Amino acid sequence: MIRVENLVKRFGEFTAVDKISFEVAKGEIFAFLGPNGAGKTTTIKMLTTLLRPTSGTLEVDGLDPVGNSNEVRKRFGIVFQDPSLDVDMTAYENMEIHGIFYHVPRKLRLERIEYLLGLFELWDRRDEQVKVFSGGMKRRLEIARGLLHTPKILFLDEPTLGLDPQTRNQLWTHVKHLNQSEGVTVFLTTHYMDEADRVAQRIAIIDHGKIVAQGSPHELKQQTGKDSLEEAFLALTGSTIRDEASNSADQMRQMAKMWGNRR
Amino acid sequence: MSAIYALWLRELRRYVRSRTQIVASLGQPILYLVALGFGLGPVFQKAGQGNYVQFVAPGIISMTILFSSVFSGMGLLWDRQFGFLKETLVAPVPRIHVMLGKTLGAATVAVIQGLLVAAVCFVAGFRVADIRAIPAALLFMCLIGCLFSALGTAIGSTLQNIQGFQLVMNFLVMPIFFLSGALYPLNNLPKALSLVTRLDPLAYGVDGLRTTLIGISHFGLAADLAVLTMVTIILLFIGSYLFSKIEV
Repeated sequence: MIRVENLVKRFGEFTAVDKISFEVAKGEIFAFLGPNGAGKTTTIKMLTTLLRPTSGTLEVDGLDPVGNSNEVRKRFGIVFQDPSLDVDMTAYENMEIHGIFYHVPRKLRLERIEYLLGLFELWDRRDEQVKVFSGGMKRRLEIARGLLHTPKILFLDEPTLGLDPQTRNQLWTHVKHLNQSEGVTVFLTTHYMDEADRVAQRIAIIDHGKIVAQGSPHELKQQTGKDSLEEAFLALTGSTIRDEASNSADQMRQMAKMWGNRR
Repeated sequence: MSAIYALWLRELRRYVRSRTQIVASLGQPILYLVALGFGLGPVFQKAGQGNYVQFVAPGIISMTILFSSVFSGMGLLWDRQFGFLKETLVAPVPRIHVMLGKTLGAATVAVIQGLLVAAVCFVAGFRVADIRAIPAALLFMCLIGCLFSALGTAIGSTLQNIQGFQLVMNFLVMPIFFLSGALYPLNNLPKALSLVTRLDPLAYGVDGLRTTLIGISHFGLAADLAVLTMVTIILLFIGSYLFSKIEV
């Protein structure tokens, strides 16, 4: 379903992704793990047509995201790591516009919106502007929106960041169900190793832009001789803490706060 | 197609919801109208040019549409900042549709703002020469809106952050306004200035509006219409090209 070969992405002098290769089979739940700044999000951005690779080959459902971007976009859904809601619109309107973008027929759209907003306990607040929502509610809405249409591939970039255990559980149950009943291929990243251990069939660990290990959770534990995936992860990536440079979007958010928040 | 409509509607909804902004953005045109319209009125009259409020009103309406459309078009910057841009960029919608929806929405909002200011002008004593010319005046308002929304989107596609905003404001939008003849007649200008005004697309918008509203023409309606239409089409092409190249 996904094939990546010798993929490289450089930003000026900095190499964010350094010659990585991996494959994700159809119907698989694949976890892409790594410390902050390892290159996970950059890789997802290249797979989802948001960034062009410096070199290497990419294939999503047999198609090239660079040359055939619109076809590729029809095949995946994504929950982003950072916010991507329109905070001036209501929860319902955010769902609705997503449904229109993804050509979900009207009747089905209404049903799905009601079901998903209900599932993530946002239905009662559907007509409120997103800007009044708490961080957790916004996150839940992002997830509900990402699940509105049924794609062939679902990218989840740290979807559970800042979520309570209840919502996390709800999310993974739903994702597993989608995977089993609809055969949706799932590509996820997370910092919670227990989640990856529980949900993923296969894992790749990336560090400093390079893939350092690949295999099932069991294989990774065996390979490192550790009992838990967390320990295996630390054994593979070391215990130094990484700093990520803040990007221009973060800086702009900062500015906006200073300017008294237009939204 | 439905995506264009959805994005257009989004711009409108956001406009209607930001009531404080609507009021705030009317402040500047009203100030211009009152301070300049009545302040320069006597001098203008003495120079034998007639009623200045009458003369400047089409210019103030054009200015409102210019500012509003460039800002809304550059609203792309805010979408980038708050992340919604990503949602539109990964959607299976041709990027040109996204760009068009955004641009048309910005243009519509700008024309509504222009109409509000036109109403204020009316209260201040502005009178249309011939009521039958109003549809033509509306057409010019729409053209100005589309042209500068497309410009705004094009700029918004290339700017990475808000710091560039001031730059665009001071070196592009303000000169476009002041050199358009919105505030003064374009006749008998020094050669250099006259040349520059000819290169300013808003000059043709102001002229078109002035011709249709009060019957004073400088370039001629045909020239106004041709220049505005052509520049709009060119900017739409440039804008959609730049938009299709956005990476986040």
